Amino acid sequence: MRHGAGGRGRRLAGAVAAVLLLTAGLVLSGCGGDDDEVLTIYAGRSQNLVQPLLEQFSEDTGVRIRVKYGDGTDLALGILEEGEHSPADVYYTQDIGALGALKAAGRLQELPSATLNQVSPAFRSPDALWVGISGRARVVVYNTDDLDPATLPSSILDYTDSEWRGQVGIVPRSDGFPEFVTALRLTRGEEFARTWLRALKVNEPKTYPNNLAAIQAVANGEVQVAFLNHYYLYRFLEEQGDGFKARNYYFSGGDLGGLFVVSGAAVLDTAQNRTAAERFIDYLLTPSAQEYFAEQTFEYPLVTGVSTDTGLPPISEMEPPELDLSDLNDLQGSLDLMRETGILP
Amino acid sequence: MAVMARARGHARRLPWATAVLATAVTALVLLPPVYLVGRAVSAGSGIEEALTDSSAVQALGRTLLLTASVTGTCVALAVPLAWITARTDVPLARVWTVLLMLPLAIPSFVGGFVMISAFGPGGMAQDLLEPLGVERLPSIYGFSGAWLVLSLLSYPYVYLQASAALGRMDGTIEEASRSLGKGGWTTFVHVHLPQLRPAVAAGALLTALYVLSEFGAVSMLRYDTLTPLIYIEYTTGFDRTTAAVLGLPLIALAALLVTVDGVTRGAARYHTRSGAGRQRRVPLGRWRWPAFALCAVVALLGAGVPVGVILYWLVRGLQSGADSGFVVEALLNSARAAGLAAVVAALGALPIALLSVRHRGWFSGLLEKLSYTGQALPAITIALALVFFTANYATRFYQTLGVLVVAYAVRFLPEALGATRAALLQVNPNGEEAARSLGAGPVRTFLRVTAPQMAPGVSAGMLLVFLSAVKELPITLLLSPIGFETLATDIWSSTSEAFFTRAALPSLILLALSGLAVLLLLRRERLS
Repeated sequence: MRHGAGGRGRRLAGAVAAVLLLTAGLVLSGCGGDDDEVLTIYAGRSQNLVQPLLEQFSEDTGVRIRVKYGDGTDLALGILEEGEHSPADVYYTQDIGALGALKAAGRLQELPSATLNQVSPAFRSPDALWVGISGRARVVVYNTDDLDPATLPSSILDYTDSEWRGQVGIVPRSDGFPEFVTALRLTRGEEFARTWLRALKVNEPKTYPNNLAAIQAVANGEVQVAFLNHYYLYRFLEEQGDGFKARNYYFSGGDLGGLFVVSGAAVLDTAQNRTAAERFIDYLLTPSAQEYFAEQTFEYPLVTGVSTDTGLPPISEMEPPELDLSDLNDLQGSLDLMRETGILP
Repeated sequence: MAVMARARGHARRLPWATAVLATAVTALVLLPPVYLVGRAVSAGSGIEEALTDSSAVQALGRTLLLTASVTGTCVALAVPLAWITARTDVPLARVWTVLLMLPLAIPSFVGGFVMISAFGPGGMAQDLLEPLGVERLPSIYGFSGAWLVLSLLSYPYVYLQASAALGRMDGTIEEASRSLGKGGWTTFVHVHLPQLRPAVAAGALLTALYVLSEFGAVSMLRYDTLTPLIYIEYTTGFDRTTAAVLGLPLIALAALLVTVDGVTRGAARYHTRSGAGRQRRVPLGRWRWPAFALCAVVALLGAGVPVGVILYWLVRGLQSGADSGFVVEALLNSARAAGLAAVVAALGALPIALLSVRHRGWFSGLLEKLSYTGQALPAITIALALVFFTANYATRFYQTLGVLVVAYAVRFLPEALGATRAALLQVNPNGEEAARSLGAGPVRTFLRVTAPQMAPGVSAGMLLVFLSAVKELPITLLLSPIGFETLATDIWSSTSEAFFTRAALPSLILLALSGLAVLLLLRRERLS
């Protein structure tokens, strides 16, 4: 009877075998050799924003690159899980807190002082473990239908006033807000920060999961203002035109609301290719790369002497509050305080 | 003449090869929960502190409420829809079948944002209604919004399984019912519903597990269940231990749900002695157009609104000169990775399903239940667990397509398992026994007798896995080969930086790809 099997059953068996072989082949085909000439970058920054710059680096220097784009936090958590088998050479992120977490786990190695010295001490790690690349200012985004910027409070601390009840949008989980809380604790003390956050909470702020939802809510009039980073607005203006009903209010005079936050890069302790990694970080600090940030991503260059003409108010004019940014690394105390006061669930 | 049989498990000896395979697959699927428990244990006395914290307790309450209400809504919505589109003469039945499946392919981070753009304060719905004097819409934030959006995104789990079960039901039982003078409704309640029970239970279980693990939409809609709380631990404090501790209740809830599911679907098997008889579509009469309206409303809300909002982004952006930035490679990568994942998950589910249906006992039951326990965990937890194991113990394979496919299969195995199991329950073992008694070996019997009858159910499971894998994000971002762009990673990277125009085209292509997969399944069924 066996010879009668044929047909459907045999074809099905063949298909199953083919799929198994194909899968095995795919698994094995992934086993390339360890190529020392290739630089592996974990980039916790938008691919749309930085890919052209990274490709330019490869073209200019001849260093081949492999870039893993993703959420900065996810990638840092990934590096922590990978442990000593991490394929990453460089970690580049807009979240200094993530660099702090890698530092705390002993995963970063020191950068040469020639690299570090290009950037003001305020924008780099005091233990030489990471360097700031580009910067962003904290702002208040306001609805242009309902508000006149001339009448907005000149200090962020005044937004606990009852006239703003239910009208303030915050993104407590984003990069930026926890840093702001840390700055508040450092400059005014723990008790002041606690009282102010409680007052903010009593004023019923609306919380958003990310900056985009918050800025859209301001434009829709769902809230009148939101505490955000400056550059999101420019992306919306580019896509939606000048009719977009939200604008930035930049603080001046050293007000905490105008805190300056940076993106940063570091070399991992497991880096296979340290020389190329350092070369990459140096490249990000060259004048052409710094101008790229100003012109293409609407960020602030950090290297002294790079001039920009982008319509952004210059840092010097904004007079950001004087703070050691590296103090912002450890955010745990701020998160605890945000939970205690109910700003975070 | 067909007879509905309620047979008990067959006291055959456990087939060793199948048992070994099933155990190996289960062990693989258990990696994430094992990793999580390991991490949580390292918290020591911190476990109690983290779990009794008032915000954790509140989040648990919200999780339970949302899971129960969304699952209930999905069953109530999907079962009638499945019956209408699979077994009645409703106009445009096939069109509805495709459209009603689409919401499953919408990534929840897109779904949440789309729904807020459409129904939120100052959103499109309000703009449309303002001339009619509607000043304020009911708030989309909080429980009601989360309930509505998650129900719309996840009812297809139940819908697909129920449709597949109705499709392979024996038409002769139905004819018997009708020849006894029973009407359409009585036939539905007494003939269809009992046979649907395993499929609906499997779909409801998947819905509930999905709600437990959901992050994108609930955080957008400001309803803080346990999963967003876990994300906060990861993203703001990098506290993997506390995150793991908060995952423990999710594992417990998954175990509870699987047990409840086991009780709900009962001990019954539904199969016929002859092959499936011909089915015919029930004439709805004057109910034809109300049924049409129900399909249209659900399809409009679940698929029409997202497509409309995304099209609006695309047109608006292109008008102001933004770049649509579509990458063909992303489409090919998505189709390839998700397609392979569907095949691997179906193959992995097979031995577990075979054991649990054909060789009932404590061992097969345990394997089946265990394979669900990781499913309630947030995607980032599963991704990190798999990063840990592959980077450290399979270093050579880390960040290869093969590992990505296996990771998808591990993540979505229960989707294939539920469908495979439900299909197997409708296959009469007498046919297999007849083949064996005629001298066919177990493999040949399976391929010649069992597999062809199971095919529609298995395909439905593969479709579920495909639709889920194609939109999956954290696993894709962390485990894919470097430089491996997919539609989901393109969409994510664009929306996370406000490039809506760039997100629009890949989103529409993702939906088109998913629609195509549904069409292929339908075509297959018609041919067989």
